[in-house]
Amino acid sequence: MQSSRQLFKTVLGQRFNSTLVIAEHNDKVLAKITLNAITAANKLGSDVSVLIAGSNSKAIAAEVAKVTGVKKVIVAEDAKLEHQLPEAVADVVVAAQNQFKFSSILAGSSSFSKGLIPRVGGILNASPISDVTEIHSADTFSRPIYAGNAIAKVKSTASVKLMTIRGSAFEAAAATGGAGAIEDSAAVDIKDHGSTFVSQEIVKSDRPELASAKYVVSGGRALKSAEKFELMYKFADSIGAGIGASRAAVDAGFCPNDLQVGQTGKIVAPDLYIAVGISGAIQHVAGMKDSKIIVAINKDKEAPIFQIADFGLVADLFDAVPELMKKVGK
Amino acid sequence: MRILVGVKNVIDYAVKIRVNPSKTAVVKDGVPHIINPFCDNALQSCVDLKASKTIKEITVLTVGPKSSQTALRTALAKGADKAIHVEVDEAGAAKLEPLHVARALAAIVKRDKYDGVFLGKQAIDDDCNQVGQLLAGMLNWPQATFANKIDAKDGGFTVVREIDGGLETIQVKSPAVITADLRLNTPKYATLPNIMKAKKKPLETIKPADISLDLVSQTETLEVNEPPTRKGGEFVADVDELVAKLKEKGIFA
Repeated sequence: MQSSRQLFKTVLGQRFNSTLVIAEHNDKVLAKITLNAITAANKLGSDVSVLIAGSNSKAIAAEVAKVTGVKKVIVAEDAKLEHQLPEAVADVVVAAQNQFKFSSILAGSSSFSKGLIPRVGGILNASPISDVTEIHSADTFSRPIYAGNAIAKVKSTASVKLMTIRGSAFEAAAATGGAGAIEDSAAVDIKDHGSTFVSQEIVKSDRPELASAKYVVSGGRALKSAEKFELMYKFADSIGAGIGASRAAVDAGFCPNDLQVGQTGKIVAPDLYIAVGISGAIQHVAGMKDSKIIVAINKDKEAPIFQIADFGLVADLFDAVPELMKKVGK
Repeated sequence: MRILVGVKNVIDYAVKIRVNPSKTAVVKDGVPHIINPFCDNALQSCVDLKASKTIKEITVLTVGPKSSQTALRTALAKGADKAIHVEVDEAGAAKLEPLHVARALAAIVKRDKYDGVFLGKQAIDDDCNQVGQLLAGMLNWPQATFANKIDAKDGGFTVVREIDGGLETIQVKSPAVITADLRLNTPKYATLPNIMKAKKKPLETIKPADISLDLVSQTETLEVNEPPTRKGGEFVADVDELVAKLKEKGIFA
C-alpha cells in the first residue's frame, strides 16, 4: 500500500505537471508534426505550453493558441532566430525552462528537433528520450530500438523529461477549439555560438507531405534510373499520395535524399503504403511497417517485403503501375 | 587541426536481433559486431580531410566494455592515428546513455584540446541520435548535424546538412561538433597491411574515474519486447484483384 506521504507526492506531482512543446515552423507555416506533439504533451499532464521561436512568429502564435489542449503560447521573436539554428533556439528553450520549470519539454521527431532537443539536454544535464511511440505515465515511455525490431520501455529520472515524439504514433490535435493565452517570452540574450546559416534548398511540390500523407507510394532500386523514377511521381500524383523511396533508390541517384523512408530516413504510417520494386530490407521496413495496409509490387516472389505486405502482386512494375493508375488514378 | 572521432561497436546491421528470454535486453553474446556505419562515415571524412592536409591528427574514442576495442582497432586500420578506450564493465556498458558518452568526449576534449569532434548521426542499436548534440550543448560549441558534405573553410567548416524537405548549408567556426549522415561518403575497407600496422598504433585505456566521469543513470530500461508481428498477407493474381481487395478495405472505394 502507498504511504500517505508517497500518495501526497504523487498527487502534487500530477497537479504540477507542466509540459512545453517546441513548435516547428518556418515563420509562415506551422509544421503538422507540432499537432501530434501537442497530443502527446496532453497525455503527460494538464498544463501544456507551446514555445514559438522565430523572427516573425505572431501569426503562427495566433494559430497555435486555437489548437485544442494548448493553455499558453510563449512567443520569442528575435532577428537572430530567423533560421532557427539549434544554438539560438536552445538559448530560448533554456531561458523558458529556467523561468517556468517545466516537468517535460518535447517536440515532434524531425530533423529540426533532433538537432535541438539533445542540445538542450547537454546544457541542462538531462538525458533525452528519442522518438517516443507510447506514453505510459509522466515518466515512463516506450521507444523503438534496433530499427524497430525491439521496443524498449524506459523510465526517466531526469530532472526534466526531454523528448522527441514519433509523429505517426500520436493523432494530430484539433487545430480549432482551443483558447490559449499568448505571451512574450522573457528577454533572452542570444549569443553568437559560431554558426551561420548560408542557404537552403527545399524541394517544392504540391504532393502531400511524406510524413503525414494518407497514402504513400515508394520506389526502390527496380525503378532502374532517375528517368524511370518519374513514373513514381506520376503514380503519386494520380492517387494523391506522398512519395517515398528506399535507400537503394536514393543512393543510386534516382531521387533526392529527403524521400528516404526507413530507420535513418523518414518514419511513416499512412493508411496505404505501396512499395514498388523494393526488396524490404530491415532498415526500410523500420520506416513503414506501422502502415495500416501495405501493398508490395515486385518481380521477385521471394522478396522479404512480401512477408509483411497485406497484398502482394508479383509483376513487372512497369506493367503493373501504369495499369493501377488507369484503374484507380485521377 | 586535430580531430576527435567517436566510434561505437554495434551489432551488425544485417543481423536479425533477438530479445533475451528475461526481456531485459537484446542478445549480444556471440552476435557479430561492426563499427556503427555512421561512425564509419565520420571517420572516413576525417581520413579524406587528412589526405587534403586539413586535418593533422585523428584520435578515435569509444566508451564500452573490453570487446569494443575491436572498433578502435578497425578505426586505426582505416587511418586514425591513435585511440582512447574509456573502459566500462559489461554491466556498466548495458546502462550507458548518450549523455554519459557525451560527457566522456567532453572530458577528453578538455584534457587533450581538439579542434573538433566528428561523430555519426546515430547508432543503429539505440537509434538515439543524441551524442553529438548533447556534446555541443555541454561544450557550448556550434553543431552541424546530419552532414552530407563537409568543406574546411576559414578555420572552420562549411557543412551541407540533410534536413526534412531538402538540404541546408551552414558554416561553423572551429571548434565544432559535426555528425555524419550516410551520404557523406563511402567508407573504405581496411587493407591487411594497414590492419597489421594498426596493431602498433597507440591505444590508451582509461577508467571512468580517471576522467571523473559521472555514469549515474537517468534512464532505466524496464523491459524490452519484440514488436507486434504483422500478420502474413496474401498474394493477388493481378491488378484487378488488388484493386478489388483494396476497395473492400475502403481504399479507392
